[in-house]
Amino acid sequence: MEKAIVTKDLTKRFGDFIATDAITFEVERGEIFGFLGANGAGKTTAMRMLCGLLKPSSGQATVAGYDIFTQTDRVKKNIGYMSQKFSLYEDLTVRENIRFYGGIYGLGRRQIKLKTEQLLEKLQITREADQLVSSLPLGWKQKLAFSIAILHDPSIVFLDEPTGGVDPITRRQFWDLIYEAAHQQVTVFVTTHYMDEAEYCDRISMMVDGRIKALDTPRRLKAQFGADSMNGVFLQLARQQNISNQ
Amino acid sequence: MQPIVINSICKQFGKLSALNNVSFTVEEGELFGLIGPDGAGKSTLFRILTTLLLADKGSASVMGLDVVKDYKRIRRSVGYMPGRFSLYQDLSVEENLAFFATIFNTTVAANYDLVRDIYVQIEPFKKRPAGKLSGGMKQKLALCCALIHKPSVLFPDEPTTGVDPVSRKEFWEMLQRLKQKGITILVSTPYMDEAVLCDRIALIQKGALMDIDTPQGIIQRFRQPLWAVSADRRYELMEDVNKYPDTASSYAFGEHLHVTLKSGEAGEAALKQHLSRHRGLSVERTQAGIEDCFMFLMQEQNQ
Repeated sequence: MEKAIVTKDLTKRFGDFIATDAITFEVERGEIFGFLGANGAGKTTAMRMLCGLLKPSSGQATVAGYDIFTQTDRVKKNIGYMSQKFSLYEDLTVRENIRFYGGIYGLGRRQIKLKTEQLLEKLQITREADQLVSSLPLGWKQKLAFSIAILHDPSIVFLDEPTGGVDPITRRQFWDLIYEAAHQQVTVFVTTHYMDEAEYCDRISMMVDGRIKALDTPRRLKAQFGADSMNGVFLQLARQQNISNQ
Repeated sequence: MQPIVINSICKQFGKLSALNNVSFTVEEGELFGLIGPDGAGKSTLFRILTTLLLADKGSASVMGLDVVKDYKRIRRSVGYMPGRFSLYQDLSVEENLAFFATIFNTTVAANYDLVRDIYVQIEPFKKRPAGKLSGGMKQKLALCCALIHKPSVLFPDEPTTGVDPVSRKEFWEMLQRLKQKGITILVSTPYMDEAVLCDRIALIQKGALMDIDTPQGIIQRFRQPLWAVSADRRYELMEDVNKYPDTASSYAFGEHLHVTLKSGEAGEAALKQHLSRHRGLSVERTQAGIEDCFMFLMQEQNQ
């Protein structure tokens, strides 16, 4: 079966600055892949290229089997995207948001109707369906945003710090949704600053200064760095970087 | 004199109760953490204490000054670092610092001692517009600006939100050093793992305090036996534990699940037996952390 993501020497330059420096990695279908790194390490740039939003300077990559240089429209149709900062329209109701995104992704009217009912029931928000999204608690919004991001059954979903600021119970319920999606063979590509969440991933890559400095399962990374948590691994890798910069 | 005294503060926004009867005090020289998720009421309380918002009910004082009557004097003697980046994006690093010093009728030189440790880290970028700094750098500059008039109480509101683990660690080290210089600090955070870095903490959720104590004191009140459970296939394990009738709670924690049982200690053997088909199974007693306590108290609050 084809890989969900394949990159080879993927690079992005902004003038003299190399934001993403020849990264090479593969993500399997149905895998939960954690994409970690310090602020400014180049995660967002890499993610924007993989989503077909930014043209790479050099290298190669396919996402869901489509080339991110030449087939960006196909890429966009086959992925879902959600971030903490932007996800839903606050001044539309729950139902309107679902209909809007369904339309954007080209779902038919009957399909949207069916999906709307399924989604409302799954999240148990049928009673709130006609309320403005702005009136919902943050945790509900995040769960709704995730469900809408996979409304069109994409093969990959990109999550950019999806759980920032939510309470610890909701954060875990959110991860239940991620597990469930992965169990149904949706590939999950996720960034987070919560290091305990890094441990929930099947594999993790750690970006430092535009490059991938480590890539493995959480268990093997902890063994490799002699750390008892991913936080320990992260601090070691990022500290090396700080020292070499000075 | 206790530098921060909060007495039965209530604040409504329309139908939403942002703060519901909140009371606590912060001792001199203490590093006190207000721990809770977005929407818990942390920023509302900070804005009341820094005289930017009026409470509906209750009273509060900072440095012995009333937050309503003496608001002008409070503003002169506290440092407030709002959660959202509050600097002037189009002024450079050094211009921002000079601006804040001037506002408070002082100079950067007069109080440089207090901010030097932090400022030297961003000094190489002093000509850069604040809007073009990285997340960690912005927080350092914001902290310098909040300190430049030598406040006796510092209010950093979610200084580490959205900041990577390395910058977070550095920021807490800076707070520790400020505490050693005798500054009283009330800091808020949604990251439960930062709670142990405070002298005392208050856990806040939906506008109400759930507990106040030292981190150790709060952890000691978590009396149920807790197990850390793991196996090779995590999703199957989670489903199995969730369906097990004796499970009282099960939450993911790093590579483990933290599980409590309705039958408590007596149920351990049966749990192990029930899960024995999972490859790589490990079931061990473990110590609760602040996050376990927070979730337990949240569940109690919801009942």
